[in-house]
Amino acid sequence: MPLSGTEIIDQEVAQEYKWGFVTDIEQETLPPGLDEGVVRFISAKKDEPEWMLEWRLKAYRHWLTLEEPHWPNVTYPEIDYQAMIYWAAPKKAGDGPQSLDDIDPEILATYNKLGIPLEEQKMLAGVAVDAVFDSVSVATTFKDRLAEAGVIFCPISEAIREHPELVKKYLGSVVPSGDNFFAALNAAVFSDGSFVYIPAGVRCPMELSTYFRINAQNTGQFERTLIIAEKGSHVSYLEGCTAPKRDENQLHAAVVEIYAHEDAEVKYSTVQNWYPGDPKTGKGGIYNFVTKRGICAGARSKISWTQVETGSAITWKYPSVILKGDDSTGEFYSVAVTKGFQQADTGTKMIHVGKNTRSTIISKGISAGRGQNTYRGQVKILKNADGARNFSQCDSMLIGDRCGAHTFPYIDVQNTTAQMEHEASTSKIGEDQLFYCASRGLDAEDALSLIVNGFCKEVFKELPMEFAVEARRLLEVSLEGSVG
Amino acid sequence: MCLLKIENLHAGVEGTEILTGLDLTVKVGEVHAIMGPNGSGKSTLAQVLAGRADYEVTAGSITYRGEDLLELAPEIRAREGIFLAFQYPVEIPGVSNVYFLKAALNAIRKHRGQEEIDAMDFLAYVKSKMEIVKMEEELLHRPVNEGFSGGEKKRNEIFHMEVLDPTLAVLDETDSGLDIDALKIVAEGVNSMRSPERGFIIITHYQRLLNFIVPDVVHVMVGGRIVETGGKELALELEAKGYGGHTRAAEAAAEAAMPASG
Repeated sequence: MPLSGTEIIDQEVAQEYKWGFVTDIEQETLPPGLDEGVVRFISAKKDEPEWMLEWRLKAYRHWLTLEEPHWPNVTYPEIDYQAMIYWAAPKKAGDGPQSLDDIDPEILATYNKLGIPLEEQKMLAGVAVDAVFDSVSVATTFKDRLAEAGVIFCPISEAIREHPELVKKYLGSVVPSGDNFFAALNAAVFSDGSFVYIPAGVRCPMELSTYFRINAQNTGQFERTLIIAEKGSHVSYLEGCTAPKRDENQLHAAVVEIYAHEDAEVKYSTVQNWYPGDPKTGKGGIYNFVTKRGICAGARSKISWTQVETGSAITWKYPSVILKGDDSTGEFYSVAVTKGFQQADTGTKMIHVGKNTRSTIISKGISAGRGQNTYRGQVKILKNADGARNFSQCDSMLIGDRCGAHTFPYIDVQNTTAQMEHEASTSKIGEDQLFYCASRGLDAEDALSLIVNGFCKEVFKELPMEFAVEARRLLEVSLEGSVG
Repeated sequence: MCLLKIENLHAGVEGTEILTGLDLTVKVGEVHAIMGPNGSGKSTLAQVLAGRADYEVTAGSITYRGEDLLELAPEIRAREGIFLAFQYPVEIPGVSNVYFLKAALNAIRKHRGQEEIDAMDFLAYVKSKMEIVKMEEELLHRPVNEGFSGGEKKRNEIFHMEVLDPTLAVLDETDSGLDIDALKIVAEGVNSMRSPERGFIIITHYQRLLNFIVPDVVHVMVGGRIVETGGKELALELEAKGYGGHTRAAEAAAEAAMPASG
């Protein structure tokens, strides 16, 4: 007897998470809990200057006055911030890896397993990688070649020590340390992340890429990324994320700040595949509570966010653009998949401040299993933003009949010359479609891949080529067995 | 050669029996018309042939080219050459008609050990088929059936049939809701594909389509089984007299078949 669509959906949803292994390395960890001592410990571990410690402590003290927000359309048990570990690092001799030879072979093996070629000779041509393992950055490749072009691409902890003037000037300039509960927490305890500086007029000679991996148990990961694009510069940056399978939830509260000067262009792509939790019980998985924001500070600058979100138990992020410079452009392209018991509340904010600013929002939400997917977006046109334009398109796809899609667009227009367009659709992959495909010779997997890729193609075409392929494959793998 | 042999087929949905002992034999090269009143089980037969999981076969057998059809998954049936033109074609958002057909044709070719067809060759192949059903080029690039009119959807079904080149084509009320011009186009599509290597089962409520597609055999289906079989003239007879006599006969037969104790 052929399987019904629902049965096939169940099979797909029950697919194993393929990146769930644990790396057995010696870890240096702090006991669980958070107080000023922990903040001081992290700062000292990183050999940070006094101003940086002060910045962190200010954020920590502010965090104590904040309440965890509960407005997103997600539910989860209360997080005990005192039960979490705020520092975990692979144990190693000396101050840090000087070359790949100094890195624990287990970690290298982990990244190889993830398909991240840290060894330069094996690398995808033209992609420089910074890899963050639990709390610390373990390797940045192609540093020398980038330095020739004047590009700085290094762990942020290193930037704090070696480029204090830049960090001081820009850190917190887009996402202030007290911006929100999770951003404040991140500001207090962030342990690493990437730092990118592109000098004026430079086109970064290769794609920059960071891979984040949570390994240790009960550990929060708080990385902080800062990208500065000077006048007329150009950079494309990609981040990827995975984590082992664990029964308890782990918190990932990252902050990304992008600062684009006049005529600068920054393209930021994310392929997020944190462990989503057990597909049958919903146990475990990452809480992905992230603040990402960029400012188009200069005229004609452009910031483009592209995200493919397939992992995490809960995703809560709104990569945003403040369009301050006249004629600046903000873009947000998103594919968010929820299956099993995953929940996502994601979208963007486009704040139009300057004249003739433009923003485009393309959001594709896919829900399968018991997944709940929410698009939440805000488009704000301020009083002086003459001639601002926005186009928003929010499409939802439901696979099976136990999942949900929700859309909350907020539009706030204070200038009558604004042009706003909003399109939305909801479609369902049901047994009818699967059977129709089958009657033409397509099996469930082919059909799903065809339909889902058709649905997402406007977003995939925004990804750098090799990552578009990766994203397609990831989507296929994560929805494998979801449908027929 | 026998293409399809259905013997004593009983099938239903959620415990309700709809097909109640159906027998049907289709030889290659033949066009069979199945006519009958609403609710007689015609569409159920089409869905069971294509392998819809909602319908449960409780007794009987279907043999297709010597194979037990009921053992095959729906997509395997399609790859083995069975095609169903849907009464209500389904919309597939985001997937262009032409891309969908290429994926389908390649799935079928792969199954048959043939090489996948490349995009250029496929486009040329498709163009030749489009002319037969007078498909507008625009419909190739639109998502499958999305925003198509009723007539466009039906023509698209015939277009799919032309492209996928099946061995046994089942048309489920393809004529319903079509105006006379669209009806002629559909009929031309079928007629152009009639061949000694292919069989057709044309399910229809009205005789009208059979003016344009002349069947070799006409069956009358009532109460989930074939109650009368004849030549093309049977269709005309039904047109004149309706299904009344057959319905009453079937009721009587059903009553007679019931145990006396009730």
